[in-house]
Amino acid sequence: MPAYTMPPLPSDDKRWKIVNGTMRRHGYSRAALIETLHTAQSSFGYLDDVTIKFVAKSLRVPLSQAYGVVTFYHHFSLKPAGKHTCTVCTGTACYIKGADKLLAEAEKKLGVKAGQTTPDGQISLMTARCVGACGRAPVVLGDGELVGMVEPAQLLEKLEGWAAS
Amino acid sequence: MTNEELLQIAEQDKQERTSHPHELNVCMGTGCISQHSDKLKAALVQHASADGKCHVRQTGCMGLCAAGPLVVAEPAHTIYGHVQEADAAELVASLSAKPVKRLQVDLGKYFDGQHKVVLENSGHLDPEKIDEYIGLDGYQALVNALTQMEPVNVIDVIAKSGLRGRGGGGYPTGLKWSTVAKATGTIKYVICNGDEGDPGAFMDRSVLESDPQRVIEGMAIAAYAVGASKGYVYVRAEYPLAVSRINTALQQARRRGFLGNNICGTTFNFDIEVRLGAGAFVCGEETALIASIEGLRGQPRPRPPYPAVRGLFGQPTLINNVETFANVPPILRNGPEWFSSIGTERSKGTKVFALTGKITNTGLIEVPMGMTLRQIIFDIGGGVPDGHKFKAVQTGGPSGGCIPEEHLNLNVSYDALIGVGSMMGSGGMIVMDDTSCMVNVARFFMEFCMSESCGKCIPCRAGTAQMFTLLTKICDGEATHADLDLLVDLCDVVKNTSLCGLGMTAPNPVLSTLRYFKHEYLEHIDNKHCPAGVCACNNKAKSAAHAEVTA
Repeated sequence: MPAYTMPPLPSDDKRWKIVNGTMRRHGYSRAALIETLHTAQSSFGYLDDVTIKFVAKSLRVPLSQAYGVVTFYHHFSLKPAGKHTCTVCTGTACYIKGADKLLAEAEKKLGVKAGQTTPDGQISLMTARCVGACGRAPVVLGDGELVGMVEPAQLLEKLEGWAAS
Repeated sequence: MTNEELLQIAEQDKQERTSHPHELNVCMGTGCISQHSDKLKAALVQHASADGKCHVRQTGCMGLCAAGPLVVAEPAHTIYGHVQEADAAELVASLSAKPVKRLQVDLGKYFDGQHKVVLENSGHLDPEKIDEYIGLDGYQALVNALTQMEPVNVIDVIAKSGLRGRGGGGYPTGLKWSTVAKATGTIKYVICNGDEGDPGAFMDRSVLESDPQRVIEGMAIAAYAVGASKGYVYVRAEYPLAVSRINTALQQARRRGFLGNNICGTTFNFDIEVRLGAGAFVCGEETALIASIEGLRGQPRPRPPYPAVRGLFGQPTLINNVETFANVPPILRNGPEWFSSIGTERSKGTKVFALTGKITNTGLIEVPMGMTLRQIIFDIGGGVPDGHKFKAVQTGGPSGGCIPEEHLNLNVSYDALIGVGSMMGSGGMIVMDDTSCMVNVARFFMEFCMSESCGKCIPCRAGTAQMFTLLTKICDGEATHADLDLLVDLCDVVKNTSLCGLGMTAPNPVLSTLRYFKHEYLEHIDNKHCPAGVCACNNKAKSAAHAEVTA
């Protein structure tokens, strides 16, 4: 049986080397699939077909399995995010303290539903299950930065600032 | 690393601690960093470096997240809250004079009755410095176990202490360890379950952020006891700070020789890797977690065989929660009798709870098992703010239930909570007041379980969706009594026929609210009215009335 040939890097983008590095560190073991997807997502911001195919081939995982893993876990995204990301935590503590109202206000303001990006690609509105900062509920992550005890007016102001930038 | 070397490092660290007359400990947990405690720390360092009399230390969570950012001045142990960058100069200057009254926190009874075992070092050490952990008796238990004890004796100590799994199930830890020790395999694994998917709980995040070395020590002791040589810490990707702290801690532990080959000059080899979760609640279930580490979809499989016999990559695997591992070093250090003297007859030791929701002192507490809910919520937690009335406390996350006021005198333990239709869970306690509608809360949890169901078994996949539809109907004021009966039937089916814990406990929020708050369900169905004014049925009733008037 001929030796398995590794697929070539999809392009000369340096980020592929980072992705490949993670796989090498795990000895191209199939168990490294999720770890590799984490690296790919943090390098590229999302996972497109090219990435999933490359990772699946390199790790000798069936494409169906790789796609299954990507769609199973909430953390992985198949679409690029907007320039800014607003993540409203919808954990229980935040819910009790009015996160649903925050989300509704943000949806109304941006005209998109949770999980979508505004048509101009400026802002993505996301939800998180719980970011573990329940002591400061309700919590919103603005571009990854955690803000606690958020009032609707404060959130709308932030969104307006982003839309203008 | 020998015992002498360990004591030497500890001695050095103690000297360093006394080399400054004053210390300022700044909380650098996720909660306080969100209020810019990082900038505050930089400002304090800048002012403190002027006279050299004060050492500024970053520490893990101090518990009282509501009053963040927190700073503690030692040795006077003055606790300051809501400290801003601008207050830094005043705070440093006050150290040799009187404390700053304006910034002192009114603690009430917050620390009364708390008993810190797992969190004993949180707020006292820099989580990114292993030597500070060693200075506070860290790694003594591991060195002692490796050099003085046989693995079977270690298991004996844990079994005698009465420690039970802190992840929620409450399985006796000693028994689990001895099962893995007896199992045969080419290699054995130890997994630390830090997949704290339970919304409203953040104990594991806090322990990993504040005292990561303690978890590593606990895992290494466990590995020695069961004969494992490889460990994994499975942490949620949503906790970036915890991930970075545990990675730093692992590097330092390797450098100090607590991980790697021939630890402490013995034949014991053990190393730990971090695995990131990817946002799936079901991965808190042990077989799903194992699948996730193997790079597969996080779907559970039927048990037996239990992971203790056939787990990760088909080998015997020990899985314990973060808090369980964090309890191990103090038990070995102080003896099983010390540990079993805390707590109740069947639930020993302490439990860390995350107090959140409509409560004055939100944050992290650690209390001995057996304390009443009333003490926890009204004394330590400071009660419900803004003059509202307490309605229920939710424990156990989406698998637990809501406990009403009539059971507030309940002594908190694994069995007592199950007795009132809830469960310990990982330790989230969410307090609700009269502005929360219990039907709506049940619907919230069902929506959670429905979207987190992995889809492997039908009762959970289809049952949760049907229950969610029925609960939505009730909330919207469109349900009949037949719908309520169907809901109760479905609860029974899903509970008894689901594959894993997620499905088996998914009906709990509905069952417990039906048990204690049935009148709210009936009010929604009979009068199309939501007593708390949350649900959509109120608006509908209003618009119907309006339509009648205009007609």
